[in-house]
Amino acid sequence: MSDLTRLGAAELAEKLAGGEVTSVDVTRAHLERIGEVDSRLHAFLHVGEESAMATAADVDARRAAGEDVPTLAGVPVAVKDLINTTDQPTTAGSRMLEGWVPPYDATVVARLRAAGLPILGKTNLDEFAMGSSNEHSAYGPTRNPWDTDRIPGGSSGGSAAAVASHEAPLALGTDTGGSIRQPGAMTGVVGMKPTYGGVSRYGVVAMASSLDQVGPMARSVLDAALLHEVVAGHDPLDSTSIDAPVPDVVAAARRGDVSGLKIGIVRELGGEGFQPGVQAAFDGAVEQLAQAGAEVVEVACPSFRHGIAAYYLVMPSEVSSNLARFDAMRYGLRVSPEGVPDPSAEQVMSASRDAGFGDEVKRRIVLGTYALSSGYYDAYYGSAQKVRTLIARDFAAAFEQVDVLVSPTAPTTAWRLGEKSDDPLAMYLEDVCTIPANLAGVPGLSLPVGLADDTGLPVGVQFLAPALADDRVYNVAAALERLVAAPVLEEVR
Amino acid sequence: MSSALSREDVAHLASLARISLSEDELDRLGAELPAILDHVAAVQGVVESAGEDVAPMSHPVPVANVMREDVVRPGLTPDEALSGAPASEEQRFLVPKILGEE
Repeated sequence: MSDLTRLGAAELAEKLAGGEVTSVDVTRAHLERIGEVDSRLHAFLHVGEESAMATAADVDARRAAGEDVPTLAGVPVAVKDLINTTDQPTTAGSRMLEGWVPPYDATVVARLRAAGLPILGKTNLDEFAMGSSNEHSAYGPTRNPWDTDRIPGGSSGGSAAAVASHEAPLALGTDTGGSIRQPGAMTGVVGMKPTYGGVSRYGVVAMASSLDQVGPMARSVLDAALLHEVVAGHDPLDSTSIDAPVPDVVAAARRGDVSGLKIGIVRELGGEGFQPGVQAAFDGAVEQLAQAGAEVVEVACPSFRHGIAAYYLVMPSEVSSNLARFDAMRYGLRVSPEGVPDPSAEQVMSASRDAGFGDEVKRRIVLGTYALSSGYYDAYYGSAQKVRTLIARDFAAAFEQVDVLVSPTAPTTAWRLGEKSDDPLAMYLEDVCTIPANLAGVPGLSLPVGLADDTGLPVGVQFLAPALADDRVYNVAAALERLVAAPVLEEVR
Repeated sequence: MSSALSREDVAHLASLARISLSEDELDRLGAELPAILDHVAAVQGVVESAGEDVAPMSHPVPVANVMREDVVRPGLTPDEALSGAPASEEQRFLVPKILGEE
């Protein structure tokens, strides 16, 4: 590992601004690191060496000419392969979009380019972001750099593994039910799901549109905040984008002060069913916050325990609708059914969707089709939407009592590849802690707090705040970050 | 409500979703979906026990009908729009037949 890949984004930005290093050197060091370890991790589906180096050279030239460039200019970033890039393929981890190069950039990518961040490549994910382990990628799983026999979490597992293994100092992920925070926890990196509507979804392959959010992943709270600041803010191209100022997340990440703050432990997200090593690391972290001056209380959110049931109706329903766009007519895979002379459009569509979608995607489309079908709509989708209201009410009541909520990010540390593959429901239950934030649209950040004493693998603690108070989770996470021994990965193992 | 789902039901749902599942896939989904449905069906009991008429929430942000000015803006060129098409002709998407040939 080169010294440059050991540095975080804020440190790199400082050295770049001071003329100590060039972006060409920094970007090349990370590309070399990818070349060194990615055959074992498979965090990247595509490496964009040429365009990354071109951006790096351009930023260096602008700096040399005395131009005033943005803070993160020249600091490389990896982008989840669910997010459109015009100069690199965007596959969504699916055979359906193999080799597809989008005709337009996602707004978040346009903002990365405007801020001068070289895009190292596109990271691996569960197909169409559906999964908690990266095992549902059509191109093969990403592995956890802490133990390559284990999953890195999902669906942004490629972004998480890339950041954890020092292939990239920063990455973008997406989070529909925990897909940034859970892989962050599994690989020992910071992962932030912003307030719904805080970051544009334009040009992001849609999974469940009322839940999806793009967010940053990094090895420190400040680094995540710096990337958050680059991509967040109103976008007229996304009708759900919030037209309000972005909270000052960078100042909050620099502040890190919990004195006088009231923090609520979510009673329903812990105890029974949680791995002892996770629970112990969580309890230790909460103790540290109390010692740092926070008032810690327990808060009841009784509807949270129904989050998974509501989520696995709302999400598949939206999936079945969103993925109808893959019709084999305008873009994506087209195959003709075997043994059918002169097939109709509908026959081609059905054959293409069978060939292009993997098992998990088909499972969710069929489930969503059922939940939305006449006669079952009220009982399933309708009831799920009402449970969503109950969960939002729990949040509102909790935030009248406390400033921030805290829970483990996931009930376990990273499991072995294949361990839960035959039991979809067991995999879904892993999302218990992260789902409520998506259903209610509130921000959530996972902070690595150390290694579990039973498995020796990273544990994450999740902070939740009211909508639009993203700065609050950065502040608390930054405070805890200073008090805990963050897990440091010396080498891929 | 019973969440029993027959193999025929799964085949019907797949045809509604325009996915021609194989026999194996129908067997597997027919075996997996009931357990998932049993779990998610809990939402009905939750709503009933809430003891009031809870309003449904379709979306976390209460926004509706976001409009922009009706002015011409740059968009994709025809070549860009067709760049991912499996087949195209004369600046149009070329698709298999959509009507029967009776």
